[in-house]
Amino acid sequence: MLDPISIDMASLNLATLLPMSIIILGALAIIVIDLVVKDLHKSFYVVISELFILLALGAVFGYSGETRGFFDVMLIDGIAVLSEGIILVASALFIPLALTSKRFHEYSYPEFFALFLFMIAGFQFMVATDNLILIFIGLETASLALYTLIAMHNRERSLEAAIKYFTMGALAAGFFVFGAMILYALTGSVEIHKISEVLVTKNFEPMAGVLTAVVFMLAALGFKLSMVPFQTWVPDVYEGASAPLAGYMSVVPKIAGLVVAMRLFEFLVHADVVWVQNILWIVAVVTMTLTNIMALVQESVKRMLAYSSISHAGFVMSAILIGTTQANSALFLYWVLFMFTNLGAFTMLWVSRHKTKVGENKTRFDHPYEKFSGMVKVMPVNALIMGVFMLSLAGMPPFSLFWGKLYLMSSAINSGFIVLAAIMALNSAISVYYYLKLVVYMFLREPSKNSSIVYMKGAPIALKAIIGFSAAATLLGTFMVSPLLEIITQYVKASGF
Amino acid sequence: MNSLLTLLIFFPAAAALFGYMIEQKNIRAYGITITAIEFVLSLALWLGYDGSIAGYQFVEHASIVASYGINYDLGIDGISLFLIIMSTFMTMIAVIGLTVKDNLKNLIISVLVLEMTMVGVFAALDVILFYIFWELSLVPMLYIIGAWGAKLRIYAAVKFFLYTFAGSLVMLLGILYAAYLYHDSTGMWSFSIAAWQAFSFTYTDQLWLFSAFFFGFAIKVPMVPFHTWLPYAHGQAPTIGSVILAAVLLKMGTYGFVRFSLPMFPDASVYFMIPVAIIALIMIVYTALIAYAQEDMKQVIAYSSVSHMGVIVLGTFAMNSEGITGSLFLMLSHGIVSGALFMLVGVIYDRRHTKMMSEFGGLASVMPIYATIFAVMLMASVGLPLTIGFVGEFLSLLGFFKVSPLITAIAGTTIIFGAVYMLSLYKKSFFGPLTNEKNANLKDLTSQELTALVPLVALVVILGVYPKPMLDPIDGSVKTMIVNMDKKAVTQEAKDMFAKANTIGKDK
Repeated sequence: MLDPISIDMASLNLATLLPMSIIILGALAIIVIDLVVKDLHKSFYVVISELFILLALGAVFGYSGETRGFFDVMLIDGIAVLSEGIILVASALFIPLALTSKRFHEYSYPEFFALFLFMIAGFQFMVATDNLILIFIGLETASLALYTLIAMHNRERSLEAAIKYFTMGALAAGFFVFGAMILYALTGSVEIHKISEVLVTKNFEPMAGVLTAVVFMLAALGFKLSMVPFQTWVPDVYEGASAPLAGYMSVVPKIAGLVVAMRLFEFLVHADVVWVQNILWIVAVVTMTLTNIMALVQESVKRMLAYSSISHAGFVMSAILIGTTQANSALFLYWVLFMFTNLGAFTMLWVSRHKTKVGENKTRFDHPYEKFSGMVKVMPVNALIMGVFMLSLAGMPPFSLFWGKLYLMSSAINSGFIVLAAIMALNSAISVYYYLKLVVYMFLREPSKNSSIVYMKGAPIALKAIIGFSAAATLLGTFMVSPLLEIITQYVKASGF
Repeated sequence: MNSLLTLLIFFPAAAALFGYMIEQKNIRAYGITITAIEFVLSLALWLGYDGSIAGYQFVEHASIVASYGINYDLGIDGISLFLIIMSTFMTMIAVIGLTVKDNLKNLIISVLVLEMTMVGVFAALDVILFYIFWELSLVPMLYIIGAWGAKLRIYAAVKFFLYTFAGSLVMLLGILYAAYLYHDSTGMWSFSIAAWQAFSFTYTDQLWLFSAFFFGFAIKVPMVPFHTWLPYAHGQAPTIGSVILAAVLLKMGTYGFVRFSLPMFPDASVYFMIPVAIIALIMIVYTALIAYAQEDMKQVIAYSSVSHMGVIVLGTFAMNSEGITGSLFLMLSHGIVSGALFMLVGVIYDRRHTKMMSEFGGLASVMPIYATIFAVMLMASVGLPLTIGFVGEFLSLLGFFKVSPLITAIAGTTIIFGAVYMLSLYKKSFFGPLTNEKNANLKDLTSQELTALVPLVALVVILGVYPKPMLDPIDGSVKTMIVNMDKKAVTQEAKDMFAKANTIGKDK
């Protein structure tokens, strides 16, 4: 006969589940509302989603209590709070973009918003645990929702993108499960802190097993983080997805993946397992360099931004390799600043989207460089804002991302990774060329003849607000850095990274 | 007034922001007014400057990233004081002489933003703050060259940007490494220039750091072999771009040597003294020869700029007060003279839309006032005694003479070569019979052009005859700096060199 299970409710610490529950509740509410009331305007769903996201954000930062909860599966430590914060803020910035004045039918389905909220919950679970199984569930929930979101854009290329992303994602999921399985076989646990304990006491024997597990895990996360050589899907998927969604994908899934990578690899790096360091070194360097060079030759701004965002991911991946508190704080600082700048840049693409193809040979791209020709003469403010985003991405002081780069490079130097820092500097020098290319098109070339139809005049107030917010964060980054860094360092330190 | 430097930096920036509201046709008047106010403000700086105090004045402090030691530190000494005044003065002159009509509003706004970054570079006392202004200065210049330049303008603008940006990233690595070393031994994060100047880096670290900083500065100066962006930039830039580029932006590089390389890394500076001097020699002789071979007037002046910058670098690395004071004075005089020469070329380009010397000849008879002013500037550029060019050049060479008479002798050819290419330019364009019909009816200088040029002529003569009011404060700060360098030096060679090059070493 089974023993009766008696669990004290207090020991479950259900408060750890609160932020995710709010989001899931929101998603369910949207579905239920749709069942009852038909034909609600998308603005209703946008506002409802926004409110639930803000509620969850409040719950995340309001949480104070045990770091463990729910049978020790949940782990709400500093980096969980930080990354949940980034995920929710990015989502809060993303969702109002649905209020574009143009008609995109994906926004007319309430399911879009429900799926979006489910995806957020998935990512939240992914970062708020160190249990490999829960990470996997979170990853899959989020990914499945995301595949559908991409496909809902419902253009030929979106379907292609969704299927491409799905197949690649499925493969990555397989890798993840395999890696988790091997780790379980080696240590008898699926919880990262226990795995690390057992491996350390066993002195990482058998090495071959650990190596295989790490390789599988790295491949799985490599897909999510689009590390070279698993980056091939990114430009096509971004091109197929709508511009804001592409911007969202360049920020949110990556921070979730980075946090998992941080939890998974940090103890290996700290245990001086040399080959893990070597693998990470090579992956980070190759990712940032190779994609940078690929971005140089792109003809479409969107593809350029896709490649550049991979390069940024490679850039911060080196923080995991460096592994000091400063480096991990730099990772979050970088990603917060990157979130504003990159979302802003993709939103600018969204604003300037138009069905008419431009360019001399009417290329297949929605956003060829030619489209931005002479923008400063047609729409000076837009050109200026886009220029600021580009310069910030290039790491030009005093715009926000410069501080992230500065802090990350400094953390590399402080830990003796001088060569790595030099490669980072070199990559910044390469990357400035393609960002500058857009600036050159916007500011130095003559406008194309039919410019009046190329840009969207009078963007809706919601979009303007989002762009204005991102632009302000990018321009005034200098003043945000000090308080941000203080909070981030405090959280990162508290969670022992 | 203690916030004068902040005002000086951000007044043009604020004015640029408000510039968007100004009616298009009044924008030129607006630009002149703002730059004139800015110039007056910078003169107030001179009035308030107390030459008897060693160290930085008008110091301001606020925290940017407290936990990481990045501060908003401003301050000036005799070294930066006149560079700031020169920047505001030349900006004002360049805006007065502005003849661009197309899209003038954006141009004026860019110039105002550029002015902010120029003053910021010279007033910053925090390395990161310095770096911010240093990098930011590229953006408006990119726009000025790329939007209002000649045919190849985009290529030239991008080349200018990429070269300098790449160089500064190497410098950034050096900055971060220096900060790490500072933190390592003091336990504190600091990017304060004064703190770094007082801190002793070990000899090997100095060599690395010197090299990293050298990259950033050498590209900006520009030193051979990194000079190739400059002729393009000058060749394509509009007149105002060339004037500001030659007068101020290039000086940022040599200012960097004086502010960073020498006082922070004295031993490395001594170690690299002769190699740098040889590069400077190559700059002086090689680019002078190239200048002689040019057919485009603007290119002659562009290459002559590089040649003169060589003398400045040589003087800086003389490690004595004559040489460094001389090189700083030469920065100022070269700013005024080369700025004036670029404006003069701009004058003729506005009239004929060509800068080829072969198109001209006999201009002196058509445009006598123009020819006279050109002659004065030419003499100053060559370094004729009693003009502003002579003082700095002579002092720089005198300074280096104490180090190496041989190198100085070769460097002295700058005066001969300078005379050769400048006089041949003058001969081809201004003397001889009027061969080209198109030149017969050219108008002499307009009142607007005269307003811009006459103050420059006056300065060239006045400061050439009596440079003391500027030399004294510069010399005071330079002497303090050299004493500190001598105290800081760790190697015996460096100490010996300071003793050899200076008189102050012997007093102790």
